[in-house]
Amino acid sequence: MAFRDGPFDNMKLPLAWVAAVVVVVGMIASIFMLAGSNQKDATRVSYMRAGVENAAAPVGEVLSAPVRWTGNAFEYVQGYFFAVSENRRLRQEIAELNDWRDEAIALKNINGRYEKMLGVHTDPPIPMVTGRAVTDARGPFARARLVNLGTGDGVQAGNPVLSEHGVVGRISGVSGRVSRLVLLTDVSSRIPVMVERTNARAILTGDASRNPRLDYVRGVNMVQAGDRVITSGDGGGFPRGLPIGTVAKSVDGSWRVKLFSERAAIDYVRVLLFQDFNQLIDPSAITAPTLSSLNTAPAPTPQQAAAIADATTRRATANEAAAERARQAEARAVAREQAEAQARELARQQAATAPAQNTATPPAPSNGNTGG
Amino acid sequence: MRRPISVRVVGPLQWIVYPALLTVLATIVLATPLRLFGIALPEPVFALVLVYAWPMIRPAAIGPVALIVVGLFLDIFWGGPIGLWPLSFLIAYGGMLVSRTFMSGHATVINFVLYVCCVVTVFFVAYVVTALRINNAPSMLALAGQMIPTLLLFPLADWFVQKFDDNDVRFL
Repeated sequence: MAFRDGPFDNMKLPLAWVAAVVVVVGMIASIFMLAGSNQKDATRVSYMRAGVENAAAPVGEVLSAPVRWTGNAFEYVQGYFFAVSENRRLRQEIAELNDWRDEAIALKNINGRYEKMLGVHTDPPIPMVTGRAVTDARGPFARARLVNLGTGDGVQAGNPVLSEHGVVGRISGVSGRVSRLVLLTDVSSRIPVMVERTNARAILTGDASRNPRLDYVRGVNMVQAGDRVITSGDGGGFPRGLPIGTVAKSVDGSWRVKLFSERAAIDYVRVLLFQDFNQLIDPSAITAPTLSSLNTAPAPTPQQAAAIADATTRRATANEAAAERARQAEARAVAREQAEAQARELARQQAATAPAQNTATPPAPSNGNTGG
Repeated sequence: MRRPISVRVVGPLQWIVYPALLTVLATIVLATPLRLFGIALPEPVFALVLVYAWPMIRPAAIGPVALIVVGLFLDIFWGGPIGLWPLSFLIAYGGMLVSRTFMSGHATVINFVLYVCCVVTVFFVAYVVTALRINNAPSMLALAGQMIPTLLLFPLADWFVQKFDDNDVRFL
């Protein structure tokens, strides 16, 4: 027997009222959920998110596969038609980059020596895993992606994410096989950055547009259009020096950043397995004295040892010669000083004997016109 | 002798569950990270078709419940705060419920105005909640980037209303 044929058939509940009650109850529940989602410990929600994301990720992966193939086909056709112009451009770039390469090698060599002398601990390479973005939320209230990497790959919430061009965002949630990447353009994203030219600190604030704002710029006239923006490392969320974009002035007068990662579609991404600076460096090494790293330097090769011995001998010989020269110069100075002292003594004696002779022979009287 | 008349019974499966599932599916499909010549796929809020059409077809208790479920899915799938879309949908649904007796049966242009009001209400609520929650207002351009594709879904919403408005809608 169907419900409408039963005794309840005569009970005419006003549908609009029932719907209105459900709406009101639903609104109250939604407000509670919104208030609850602000709390840090939202374990049930995390499980729910993980479940949906784990279900959605394979679907997104399947759907994005033709996209990747299409993209590859486009690149293939584009490469075929624009091969000559691209070849010319690449030759020009290589010619320009050769000089930079030589300079970079020289600077790296010098920098390495300075670091060793000063006992500077450089950041070790950070391990990273490569994954693929499978879904993409582009709305004004959330800009995020699902990445097909999870806790099994070592990914944790807070890990920075890069594309081949620069920083994309950071991991906000992670489950077994999928993690959620919040983009720099998301309305809730805030990243401490610095202007490379002036070291001016600022906060990169996403607002769901393609170019996030540069807020809280410290200093006056520290930013100009075209400046390169990198992560500052302040707060320990990101390692320092990751490329983000270039500064541009927006129509409303605020500074914005053209993201490097917006140059191309974000497909493959690298998740840096970076938590904070504690994982980069041994805490006891922070307080190590200067030049302490020289003790840990590897043993020199025979050629290096010979070169070092040769340099040491030359330096010792040079030091001895310099010391000898200094001794001789000092002896000469002492002899000169003694001679000068003797000369002064002789002059004083002569001066002392001269008045005695003068008193023995008084001067002749004047010619008599003094009484006038 | 009276000839039997076949009555097509349209249950909640036809006008609520299947459209809700199609909405979810369309959202997942359009979340594909496709970008050609620097332009990404549009990302309309398909569920607004349901927010507009369901009260126009007939008030029902299952409608708001389905909207809560779809809204929760959007929150989770797009990575927003839980409760944002359900609250926005239900406020607009409540408004539609109140105004349906005055608005049903009008010309398409009037219906379009009603649809625009529905869309604006949902986005306004979501905008205000987001701005208050994280002290940062989303870009108006980004808002328009999602609002305009949603407004372009009006023919679909109108077709949906027309399809079920004249049916014998019964509920179990």
